[in-house]
Amino acid sequence: MDEPLLSVKNLVTQFATDDGLVKAVDDVSFAINEGESLGVVGESGSGKSVTALSIMRLVAKPGRIVSGSISFSGQDLAKASDKKMRDLRGNDIGMIFQEPMTSLDPLYTVGYQIREAVELHQGLHGDVARIAAIKALSDVGIPNPGERVDSYPHQLSGGMRQRVMIAIALSCNPRLLIADEPTTALDVTIQARILDLLISLQRSRSMALMLITHNLGIVAEVCDRVIVMYKGKIVEAKSVDELFKNPEHPYTRSLLNSIPRLDSPLKTPLPTVDWDDS
Amino acid sequence: MPSNDSPDNEQIKEQTDRIVPSLAESPEPMRSTQDTRAERQMLTGLSAKAAKSLSSKTPTQLAWRKLRKNRLAVLSLAILIVMYLTAFFGQFIAPYDYTSQDITSSFRAPVTIHWTPWPIVYDQTSHFDQYHFMIYTDDRSKPHRLLFFVHGTPYKFLDLFPTDLHLFGIAGNDKVYLLGTDQFGRDYFSRILYASQISLSVGLIGISLTLIFGLLVGGISGYYGGWIDDLIMRLCEVIMSVPDFYLLLALAAALPPTLNPLEVYILIIAMLSLIGFAGMARIIRGMVLSVREREYVEAARALGVSNFKIITRHIIPSTYTFSIVTATLAIPGFILAEASLSFLGLGIRDPMASWGNMLSAAEDLSSLEQHTWLLIPGFLIFITTLTFNFLGDGLRDALDPKSR
Amino acid sequence: MIPLVLGITLVSFFIMHLAPGDFLTQMQLNPNVKPGTVERLRRDFGLNRPAYIQYLYWLRNIFEGNFGYSFSYKQPVFHLISQFLLATLLLAVTTLVFSWAISVPMGVYAARHQNGFIDRLMSIIAFSGISLPGFFVALLAMLWAQKTGWLPIGGMESPNYDALSPVGKVLDIAEHLVLPTFVLGTRELAGTMRQMRGNLLDVMNENFIVAARARGLKESVVVWRHGVRNAMNPLITLFGFDLSGLLAGAALVEYVMNWPGLGRLLLSAVLSHDLYLVMGSFIMGAVLLILGNLVADILLAVTDPRIKLN
Repeated sequence: MDEPLLSVKNLVTQFATDDGLVKAVDDVSFAINEGESLGVVGESGSGKSVTALSIMRLVAKPGRIVSGSISFSGQDLAKASDKKMRDLRGNDIGMIFQEPMTSLDPLYTVGYQIREAVELHQGLHGDVARIAAIKALSDVGIPNPGERVDSYPHQLSGGMRQRVMIAIALSCNPRLLIADEPTTALDVTIQARILDLLISLQRSRSMALMLITHNLGIVAEVCDRVIVMYKGKIVEAKSVDELFKNPEHPYTRSLLNSIPRLDSPLKTPLPTVDWDDS
Repeated sequence: MPSNDSPDNEQIKEQTDRIVPSLAESPEPMRSTQDTRAERQMLTGLSAKAAKSLSSKTPTQLAWRKLRKNRLAVLSLAILIVMYLTAFFGQFIAPYDYTSQDITSSFRAPVTIHWTPWPIVYDQTSHFDQYHFMIYTDDRSKPHRLLFFVHGTPYKFLDLFPTDLHLFGIAGNDKVYLLGTDQFGRDYFSRILYASQISLSVGLIGISLTLIFGLLVGGISGYYGGWIDDLIMRLCEVIMSVPDFYLLLALAAALPPTLNPLEVYILIIAMLSLIGFAGMARIIRGMVLSVREREYVEAARALGVSNFKIITRHIIPSTYTFSIVTATLAIPGFILAEASLSFLGLGIRDPMASWGNMLSAAEDLSSLEQHTWLLIPGFLIFITTLTFNFLGDGLRDALDPKSR
Repeated sequence: MIPLVLGITLVSFFIMHLAPGDFLTQMQLNPNVKPGTVERLRRDFGLNRPAYIQYLYWLRNIFEGNFGYSFSYKQPVFHLISQFLLATLLLAVTTLVFSWAISVPMGVYAARHQNGFIDRLMSIIAFSGISLPGFFVALLAMLWAQKTGWLPIGGMESPNYDALSPVGKVLDIAEHLVLPTFVLGTRELAGTMRQMRGNLLDVMNENFIVAARARGLKESVVVWRHGVRNAMNPLITLFGFDLSGLLAGAALVEYVMNWPGLGRLLLSAVLSHDLYLVMGSFIMGAVLLILGNLVADILLAVTDPRIKLN
């Protein structure tokens, strides 16, 4: 366990827009060890999602990875072939997205979409694949998985759909799960349950987790270490405890301050993130 | 296996889901086939996302800027403006009017203009060849200079101002047939210009009527709901269930043959508008329904704003984007419909000219081979329709908030 | 469904009564018509009674299959319609197959290679296709046929049709089908191709496409299994609408190219003021459209799990 599972070095991902080249990810370096959970925090536009997509090499045009290396299990994903990336996606690295309502193809059953991954990466077919899909569903806590496996996405609630997404991502036992704001679009109570699920899955499978969020509260609950991103750069990288005790960067501090406290006096205005480097 | 006395987490979760279903988001309601069909029937090409995101009020400046970038659309707009201007001044640009016949000049080919350097045309003599076709040859002894701003046959510009000024013409008895003549010896070029007035205006007037009625009816139907809505929608459904062309034909057949050309013109426009407005009303109603539930409408109501004001100030403006695009894209349909009817002899009738009825002369294939200029109106219809389509497409892209 | 059909019958009856004059008086003056026929028609259709009674008579007649009598063809309307209907259906089906078989793959290709040369070329073809008046293209096609003599100039059967072998008959009809299908098909094709392209472009921006790629699926699988499948659905709903346009376009093309179909029947009926024939064909056209929509609805319900039939 000397080598980190994932090691990102000096990653630069650019977008060619009408207003010029924009560096969504600007010289970013971090690492995730086996079984560790890393939180990636920042506001919209900070580059956290693009970082995740870069690791999966799913950045859409007009964006592209310009320089840097993404080392996973001894391979540089930034330079790997398309075929190699396809072998890794859904297999060694799984990813779940922010919008469970639209992340599943509405025309295929939930089971079918799980089976796609399982058939592709594990070579299972027919009944065996179906059983694997049912098991994946029960692993994420979906009741009646034997019936649910034939449901269509529109027949499931948001929380259930997110569970299905997790099931798909986990179906081939990945070593790293990237979760891009998995609970942002969900009700608070469902949020809590999904997070619990993620924690328990991570522990039981010794899986590394890269959790992207703008919510520091979630980070505090789930993660071991944190990196804070702002305008494409990492401004702080610490363990969770240290970050909350001793935030250094003014941006981090103002993020922490903006969390409403239970013990603040009534009628004080809620603090906002007011740090800006411009 | 969980025992009955100590329920495990799974069971608790299940029971909570059942007791408090509102905590879990409810699944999407099933949509009926009617709704999808109505929604998609006229959203040809409009991205469903853009149609749903009615809340985005695109500033006109932004849209105009986007449109300007689309060179094809701008070119189309320019061509259309030129065409409509030409039609507007048709009486002036045409050297002759559309009824003066001259059987001795039947089917003359477009005249050749010789540049010496001043434009000159020659008188022509005619004789029959071995196939009994009339052949015209230039009589070089009788040249005529092409003059501009001449005084020719008098007419009333826009039916208001009597004048006799024409853009060009020649002196003397003979006529300059820029695009030849038709079977009755009528100047083709002049007829095309007069026809353009009819064919082009049918589209504009027709679409205005359809828009007004569609917005009105759709707006009322969507806003008030209830039995008014049901009744109106049933009516529209019936109209929409008939293939439009069949309906048009049937209506055209019912027209008494004794109408004068102007009455025919008006009735044709009325028929076309009637058929078009049903589909429009239905879509507008759908949009009104979705806007009606928005907060700003509730707020307006809470403030005591009258229903009429709500409809006209809030709801109808939200349909502008769709209306403009649909209108532009529907005009070609009107033009084609009128052309088709006139081609069959059921629309604009002789001697009034429309591009459609001028094309009916092309039905005789053997004659057509000899006199290919008879196809010109067809190409004019094509260009008009094409430019409207390009313009409409460009407008749609410019007004779509999701496009770059 | 039933109220809809009833509504249509009302509309056509109403239109029929808009036409001036009692056509039967015309018939009476026609020496070829036997006096008994006129009386029988008068009785069957209750033409002596007030309008609403006439409507009920007419409705009852329709249910019995009596659509009236055609003055110009001297046959019962129903008989005529069933003959001509087949020809129209044949043309419609071949046109649909031809145009969809080309437009769907081309639409997909255009979307995948957006703004490439082929995309722009197809865009031009598509725009031209929907802007050219159908009857004009038919005219041009006929002119071309006459000039080159490669294909028959209109009609459905050659003069020597009856003398041909069964295979010869099929080939003969096929030969006559080519030009009308091409004329109608190009218009169809244009519309569907642009639709497909637009739909696919929209679908490929959806979240589930990215999620599908994140599962490690091959791009071609993502495009066809997830992208095109979703992009097809709106096209299916448009199918019914397309059918209406097809029937309309077919009428004109049938007329110009002498294809003995329903549209041409309606046209000749209209031109000769053969009112019962007009009404009969009119209703048949509406029925076809409703059936087309029904087929589209069923297809959609079958392929899209979110839709339920009502």
